[in-house]
Amino acid sequence: MATSKVLFAGFGGQGILFSGKFLAYNGLIADKNVSWLPSYGPEMRGGTANCSVIISDEPIGSPIITNPDMLVVMNNPSLEKYEGEVVPGGKIFVDSSLIDRKVERKDVEVYYIPATKMAADEGLDTLANMILVGKLIKESGITDFENVSAVLDKIVSAKHQDLKEFNHKALRLGYEYAE
Amino acid sequence: MSEDMSEKVLMKGNEAIAEAAIMAGCRHYFGYPITPQTELTAYMAKRLPKMEGGVFLQAESEIAAINMVIGVSSAGKRVMTSSSSPGISLKGEGLSYLAGCDLPAFVVNVQRGGPGLGGIQPSQSDYFQATRGTHGDYHTIVLAPDSVQEMVSLTVKGFELADKYRMTSMLLADGTLGQMMEPVSLDVGEIKTFDKPWATTGTKMQRPNNIINSLSLIPEELEQWNMTRFERYKVVEENEVMYEEYMMDDAEICLVSFGITARVSKNAINEARAQGIKAGMIRPITLWPFPKKALCEAADKVKAFISVEMSMGQLIEDVELATRCKKPVLLCNRCGGVIPSPQNVMDKIVEANNLGGEKA
Repeated sequence: MATSKVLFAGFGGQGILFSGKFLAYNGLIADKNVSWLPSYGPEMRGGTANCSVIISDEPIGSPIITNPDMLVVMNNPSLEKYEGEVVPGGKIFVDSSLIDRKVERKDVEVYYIPATKMAADEGLDTLANMILVGKLIKESGITDFENVSAVLDKIVSAKHQDLKEFNHKALRLGYEYAE
Repeated sequence: MSEDMSEKVLMKGNEAIAEAAIMAGCRHYFGYPITPQTELTAYMAKRLPKMEGGVFLQAESEIAAINMVIGVSSAGKRVMTSSSSPGISLKGEGLSYLAGCDLPAFVVNVQRGGPGLGGIQPSQSDYFQATRGTHGDYHTIVLAPDSVQEMVSLTVKGFELADKYRMTSMLLADGTLGQMMEPVSLDVGEIKTFDKPWATTGTKMQRPNNIINSLSLIPEELEQWNMTRFERYKVVEENEVMYEEYMMDDAEICLVSFGITARVSKNAINEARAQGIKAGMIRPITLWPFPKKALCEAADKVKAFISVEMSMGQLIEDVELATRCKKPVLLCNRCGGVIPSPQNVMDKIVEANNLGGEKA
């Protein structure tokens, strides 16, 4: 892996920024160069939220992603906006319980994961994002699944150890999900 | 921070500035929230009240905040304020008074699009304001980081330079740098401190009064104050210029850019090199003092310059002045909150390379 450019997009409140932060920390503990850039401003209040994560062996120039290698989408407007931007041969991870259409592009790999429904079924209501990240880890090779515990240790505060367990469970659900 | 200082952590630029300021010995923060720098204010609100001698105050306005900075600085303590573009305009009067009083201060501007209330997306259109300042003859040391790590090192440097030269140093960032997270080491080494015999700390009947004042009604006296001040500025210009050279050894096209656009430019330079165009960059880290000498020398080697900036052509004026217009200077710019893409920059590099029809 030289450089991976991952774009997370959905509504504010779906944990888009946290997903990106989690992935960025995976890069950090693997001693890679990392950048995390959120959208900010009025679009975050109920509108679309997105965040760009770059993980690279090389120093990172611009943290802005115009053409992602991977796109994680959690709502229809974000798929509309970003489907065309993904590089040919790239990967799109779709929360198919929230997005009712198929990806039109034929030159990308698409993974449909009913993440929001899976999360609700397992009592992991706000963790659909992490189910998608679990699948991304499986398909991208960005990091080994063994590393995720160490990353959760870093970003989940000591006060909320129970959340660590839920996050881990959600990541595993996604990682092991087969369509 | 509980982490080992040498271990890298992911931090937002705004928060990294705040943490670095605390490490530099700043215990007084006065400000008023504004996007996209509010995380800095929030971080200080969380940290400073828990520290010995720590004071955080959300002032009633930006004008109040800068005047509180004048007060604390007069008492010889390290102090800062931060804002974004329209808020910095409000602080303008105080910045001139700080200069007139020869007081050190550290000021952060996380720029957004303007003029007026403008927008909230990143911009570099306060370049003139930062490097030219408000009323009266004075200079501000202007530091332009291009990474979260540099936001840490330049914050520490900013406090040190301010004390050393009794000047305001301004960290000029933008919304992207403020909002982004990157791995950062908080190991800043030894912090330099400076005696402040001029501070109004109470005479204890041991010395004459120190008077801090910017008013003089005697023209000859005021002129002399300015002359003395500019002697000090000359020392700053001679000793404190900072810049980075990127692939300049054999460069034929020299990009000039600071902050986030310098990073976009690096992507474009790598792309240009892959296509056989010898591009490089001089990245000013101090915008004042400006790296005039480095640019003037580069003008004898390269065939053109490109000023890459998020403004309507502000940095380009300093490039033209520094290079004495020896070579063409092209402008590659976006504004209003739009960041130039590597492709925007690449197109301009190709245009510069084709100047004079030397190459197709």
